[in-house]
Amino acid sequence: MPKNAKAILQSPAFLALVRKKWLVSITLTIALFVVYYGYILLIAYDKKALAQKVGEYTTLGIPLGVGVIVLAWLLTAGYVVWANGSHDAEVKRLRDQVQP
Amino acid sequence: MSAPAGAFLMNLLDAAAPAAAAAGAATSAAVSAVETSLGKPTASSIGFFFVIVVLTLIITWWAARRTRSAKEYYAAGRSVSGFQNGLALAGDYMSAASFLGIAGLVATKGYDGMIYATGWLVGWPALMFLVAEPLRNLGKYTFADVVAFRLQQTPVRIAAAIGGILTVLVYTTAQMVGAGNLIRLMFGISFEVAVVAVGVVMLMYVLFGGMIATTWVQIIKAVLLLLGVTVLTMMVLAQFHFNPGELYGAVAAKYGQSALEPGGLVSNPLDAISLGLALMFGVLGLPHILMRFYTVPDAKQARKSVLVATGFIGYFYIIIPIVGFGAAALLPGLSEGGLGRELITSFDKGGNMAAPLLAEHLGGTAFLGFIAAVAFATILAVVAGLTLAGASSLSHDIYVSVIKKGEATEAQQVAVARTATIVFGSIAVLLGMVFKQQNVAFMVGLAFAVACSANFPSLLLSIVWKRFTTAGAVSSILTGAVLALTLIIIGPTVWVDVLKHEQAIFPLKNPAIVSMTAAFLVGIVVSLMAPERRAEELFEDEKLRTYLGVGAE
Repeated sequence: MPKNAKAILQSPAFLALVRKKWLVSITLTIALFVVYYGYILLIAYDKKALAQKVGEYTTLGIPLGVGVIVLAWLLTAGYVVWANGSHDAEVKRLRDQVQP
Repeated sequence: MSAPAGAFLMNLLDAAAPAAAAAGAATSAAVSAVETSLGKPTASSIGFFFVIVVLTLIITWWAARRTRSAKEYYAAGRSVSGFQNGLALAGDYMSAASFLGIAGLVATKGYDGMIYATGWLVGWPALMFLVAEPLRNLGKYTFADVVAFRLQQTPVRIAAAIGGILTVLVYTTAQMVGAGNLIRLMFGISFEVAVVAVGVVMLMYVLFGGMIATTWVQIIKAVLLLLGVTVLTMMVLAQFHFNPGELYGAVAAKYGQSALEPGGLVSNPLDAISLGLALMFGVLGLPHILMRFYTVPDAKQARKSVLVATGFIGYFYIIIPIVGFGAAALLPGLSEGGLGRELITSFDKGGNMAAPLLAEHLGGTAFLGFIAAVAFATILAVVAGLTLAGASSLSHDIYVSVIKKGEATEAQQVAVARTATIVFGSIAVLLGMVFKQQNVAFMVGLAFAVACSANFPSLLLSIVWKRFTTAGAVSSILTGAVLALTLIIIGPTVWVDVLKHEQAIFPLKNPAIVSMTAAFLVGIVVSLMAPERRAEELFEDEKLRTYLGVGAE
């Protein structure tokens, strides 16, 4: 165990890091739920909405289905951009303070 | 996922779906007026098949020389890059059956097939947000490392191994049965020969090359599969001036506008929600997927792995429906002026041969041979990953951690891992044969239900909740496993479709909404009833490792 483990674990910076990480994670998980279940429940309760045409033959359901996959990936990408930026910088700053 | 995923899922979701859509219901192709070499071994399919097997065995030979320590055997020496691991994860997840099954479902059922495609992706972002980084920082070789980190090793390891091995066994059986049927349909060889061939080649990779060989087999497979499906998609779109609208027009002209509209798939919203939970959180409890995170050097690369995997898998599920619609629109019927769907279902009621038939129609026998060989490589890669995960649970969790109390030399660990691989590989072949006639829908549903009910709750609680205890973990895992198993058996998939009872005792096809919730509740209540001081103290120390990566393997 590092000597100053307790000090770091109880530091406001570390607590804020953990809180922020879960805030981001839970927000994105909720967004994922809204996107996926929004699509599924729309199919369950309003099939006509998805059957309406957006092109000569193309139904709204087709771009929406593709949209669910694209949005899911964008949420993942959003997490990576956040984590690689401010999150990783803070992790590195705190880890450098750890005395072995 | 597993064998003819589409048709099976149809069973899982929709009470009105034909139960006969299970694999292997091939009727004679002799009635077809259409000439096809499907189901006959051709020079090109055998040629491509040998190229793939020889190439992967050369890699295995190369990997075997670098596989000496347990870390190399289980985790490829943690030297896999984030991008490579992302491709390998995609290779681990995209099965031949999700390629053939979803294409077939879109071809025969239209838009409803697309709804499945979206479901298979949504677990990946959740994996990233909730467990990927802590898993990488806390564990060593298996997800049980994380659950047992601060709890009492013996009971937690045994419980986690039960959940993990049960998931892997069921998933492997589904893959093996699906593989046997698909290879029989494509190459015309017998089910038993196909299953043994998959078992033997796959064992060579895992036994000699461990995780290094498995990783490269999965990367090669992912590249070949993505390439094959991309070429097929381009061939379809080329017929319609690269305008998807024209393709949909051709589908509507043959089958009516309803082929492009949602049909009877999501008829029971509660069942759809429950299946959604199983798909989403099941991925977070699949041992062969979780294990791949130990092959990268750190949490940052773990993160990159998920992004890359999600990108490739998402791309795959976006273009697969185009192949399915293309097969429906372009394939000839059984007679003059007939519909493509007739031809497809004359080979296999589940529609699994839609993509291979389309490949032959657009690219000739040589291209069919390529697609058939890719499908075979795909099966090998998935089964190899599963076998390695099952073997690591037997050897690392049970033998090394429980029996030897963590005191085993590197040489002993590798020797045991290899023995466990042979044991597990043989069991996989055997189960494939025993369950040959089984409705694989039940097994796929079971694998995801057990994964999200037995493995995921304890994994998440051990990462985030300070007061989680040994008794809480064990009871949560067992509750999830037993409940998922029981509810599937007394639900419509087994009770009605297999056992032929009038009515199901449990109304939902997928039990996740009940079994996963129960596993969380039991884990929480049992933990609160008897606090475990040592685990609470260790939780604080664990945080440095979870969030900062201090002391991570």
